[in-house]
Amino acid sequence: MIPAPLTVEHFLIVAATLFTIGVLGVFINRKNIIVILMAIEMMLLAVNINLVAFSAQLQDLTGQVFVMFTLTVAAAEAAIGLAILVIYFRRAGNIEVASAHQMKG
Amino acid sequence: MIIELAFYLFSAVLIAAAAGVVFAKNPVHSVLLLILCFFNAAGLMLLLGAEFLALIMVIVYVGAVAVLFLFVVMMLDVNFEQLRKGFTKFLPFGLGVGGVLLAQLIFVFSNWPAMIVSPRQPMPDPTQVTNTEALGRILYTDYFYIFQISGIILLVAMIGAIVLTQRTRGGVLRQNIAQQTQRTREETVEMVNVAVGAGIEIPGDAK
Repeated sequence: MIPAPLTVEHFLIVAATLFTIGVLGVFINRKNIIVILMAIEMMLLAVNINLVAFSAQLQDLTGQVFVMFTLTVAAAEAAIGLAILVIYFRRAGNIEVASAHQMKG
Repeated sequence: MIIELAFYLFSAVLIAAAAGVVFAKNPVHSVLLLILCFFNAAGLMLLLGAEFLALIMVIVYVGAVAVLFLFVVMMLDVNFEQLRKGFTKFLPFGLGVGGVLLAQLIFVFSNWPAMIVSPRQPMPDPTQVTNTEALGRILYTDYFYIFQISGIILLVAMIGAIVLTQRTRGGVLRQNIAQQTQRTREETVEMVNVAVGAGIEIPGDAK
């Protein structure tokens, strides 16, 4: 149960703000892929907070189980993303988003 | 009172750290602020009564993902000053998109209808069953196949990351056992009649 003076909206607004900061990070860090990956992790974190908040609100454990699967996918995504980043850096010598257009048709 | 105080403390530090991740000049500072972010999110989850997830969050994110980020940031020899250029170019656009998104989310959340649904997995009494035990009871029974699939996802990610980053360097001498055992006497040994005092030219000897 959500502790007494707090409501589910408190947690939802914190998560919404966190998600928005993540979106902002993707938009304004147009050159640095590492920070973009970190911003994606923050967005996933916001989603996890939402899931746990609703799980506590509705007294339903499904949300908490789903957070575990989200965590799994987030960890896999971070590993693959950073591996791609490392090989891209080896080939191109930089990690700028703008110069990553070699697959453009 | 103390609950509210804890909530506002965790939330304020969480939001401030998240803003720091996006705006920090040095990516190493970004990663460290990201770790702070995860700790505070774990605190919020503790407030919500999800102790197991809070600690898993710290272990998985801080112990694995953030350290992975830190390794990559430190190992890539990138000119980060160069990457800062054009930062303000996208700032108005990003603030516009972010503001619209935040307004939409707050609009939805403040007009959220009170949901009366019957829980699919009702949460047991926290004084009787711990959060970890309750999660384990359903994770290994009702969600068993999904649990297995998430294990396969991790395996695929691990193999993928290894295959992607592995490289064969040139100039490294490696033992090729098949080639070694298939060598015949004819390929390797040559019998030469040498005239006395004349010597021979050694084939393949660089002059």
